[in-house]
Amino acid sequence: MSLLKVDKLTVQFGGIKALTAIDFEMEEKEILAIIGPNGAGKTTLFNCVSGVYHPTSGEILFAGESLLGLSPDRIAQRGIGRTFQNIRLFNNMSVLDNLMLGRHMKFQRNILQAFLRIRKEELLHREKVEEIIDFLDLAAYRQARVIDCPYGVQKRVELGRAIVMEPKLLLLDEPVAGLTVEEKNRVAYLVTEMRGRFGFGILLIEHDLRIVSRLADRMVVLNFGQKLAEGNPAEVQRNPEVIRAYVGEG
Amino acid sequence: MNLVESYKDDLKLIEKPWTGCWITMTVIALLLLPWFGNEHLIYMGTLIFIVSVGIMGQNILIGYTGQISLGQAGFLAIGAFSFGHMAQMGLPIGLALLGAGCMAAFFGVLVGFPSLRLKGPYLAIVTLGFGIAVYQTFASFEVLSGGRMGLVIPKFPALFGLTREASMYYFSLFLGIAFTLATYNLISSYMGRAFVAIRDNDIAAEVLGVNLTRYKLLSFAISSFYTGIHGAMFAMFMGFIDPQMFNFSESLIIFVAVVIGGLASVEGAIFGAAFVILVPQVFSGYKEFVPVIFGVTVIFIMIFEPLGLAGRWFKMRLYYRNWPFR
Ligand SMILES: Nc1ncnc2c1ncn2[C@@H]1O[C@H](COP(=O)(O)OP(=O)(O)O)[C@@H](O)[C@H]1O
Ligand SMILES: [Mg+2]
Repeated sequence: MSLLKVDKLTVQFGGIKALTAIDFEMEEKEILAIIGPNGAGKTTLFNCVSGVYHPTSGEILFAGESLLGLSPDRIAQRGIGRTFQNIRLFNNMSVLDNLMLGRHMKFQRNILQAFLRIRKEELLHREKVEEIIDFLDLAAYRQARVIDCPYGVQKRVELGRAIVMEPKLLLLDEPVAGLTVEEKNRVAYLVTEMRGRFGFGILLIEHDLRIVSRLADRMVVLNFGQKLAEGNPAEVQRNPEVIRAYVGEG
Repeated sequence: MNLVESYKDDLKLIEKPWTGCWITMTVIALLLLPWFGNEHLIYMGTLIFIVSVGIMGQNILIGYTGQISLGQAGFLAIGAFSFGHMAQMGLPIGLALLGAGCMAAFFGVLVGFPSLRLKGPYLAIVTLGFGIAVYQTFASFEVLSGGRMGLVIPKFPALFGLTREASMYYFSLFLGIAFTLATYNLISSYMGRAFVAIRDNDIAAEVLGVNLTRYKLLSFAISSFYTGIHGAMFAMFMGFIDPQMFNFSESLIIFVAVVIGGLASVEGAIFGAAFVILVPQVFSGYKEFVPVIFGVTVIFIMIFEPLGLAGRWFKMRLYYRNWPFR
């Protein structure tokens, strides 16, 4: 059984068809990249999988079970984590608290313990968070307010917040956009490392064909809401339609 | 600066020895006040403790969870009248207080439901409507409000050879401290984190598995519980209530106290309470100007110190902690 199966997914905003009958599947521990020009519908696809948007028609199966109609928090509980194209962090909290929120679902939550300051759980989950802080090299920023951190650090905090959820499927919406070349390479390394270390399946949106063809096992190409091509990076890059879409874009 | 040696140290309520020192001194001063202060000071102190509880509650909702509410007077009235009726039926004070808080919390959940759909000014309008509706209900039904004479409420008894006033003072101080500690604990827990997450970015919170329905309603319930206790204590303090005491301007005063004290700050709630109690006292000769002072202060705070009095306080502490270095 595949980890994620998207079947004839269609999303319409008024008159605009953002996605038209999209089909694809991905396996466990696979890194699948979604590529395509701006406005192709990549983010819309992510929003459907994570429950932020509800598709007009079609089906999304996660580990064989439908995700349609579930709220984002229920989908998170099923084991899907994500990051956003435009960073969505909790700006007034510290980096540490942002990451601790990633553990929210795993907390044994008890209102009485909250009021009485019983913090066993807090210490337990702090261990996991510290492990990710090391992994992402965020120790220097642990207590800093997120909004005071540089852009590259914020990107990594968002990545970390999704990792500590320990999802089965991780959705990364343009994780290297806006980063310096050095930072890009670092994040690219982290993505492959993550799969090996934590065993996530990773669905990845990226513009940069060079980076993506190095990272991904397979790619799905979207253009104007339609699937243009699918296959391994070498195949896709040779596909004449893909070349036309990319060159045509400028 | 002292180094944090374990994760546990990060979770301590009082981090610096200095903080512990001045808190202890403040509490001792407050404990001794009835011996040295006059009746007026005891009166003011009691009122500030009572109001602080309500402001803390509303700060949980407005400051931490980011849900703008203008219906506080409604919860005050529900707390006050529930307490009044239960006390008249002969329930012990503790139980009646708990009942009043729970009643207000129940209505808090009801008012919270629109917050699942509405944001910002729209939510403010709905809650404002709730406050007015509660006022009208109490004003029109004499069974609830005790009629034209209002509801007479048994005052707090004199205990341990103290005067009634001093006993009430200590009881309010005790509740004030208990609620302050509980609030600090709450906001530093997973729940407080979820509240702030909803305020800062509700979509991100949801995607991390925070159930918006549950936490928004919880925030409404908890904050209304606090405000219900505030209303009940106020009723006991006055010994008499009528609906007129809970009109819209009460909601505004609570809102002003939250903003002036400082959004998302527990100390701020206490400062805010002190502010809205003390200013009318200081300017008692010019009652018409009190709302003007409130309004102008809010504007100044918004422009120069968005974190309110608590923000000022924090900067002062930072300044003295680092003294003589800047
Ligand atoms: N909430 C929305 N309301 C209306 N149109 C939307 C909404 N979200 C996305 N769209 C439209 O859907 C199309 C695809 O957008 P998007 O998924 O963000 O593209 P991509 O991420 O591939 O750049 C665009 O034309 C965009 O304007
Ligand atoms: Mg996009």
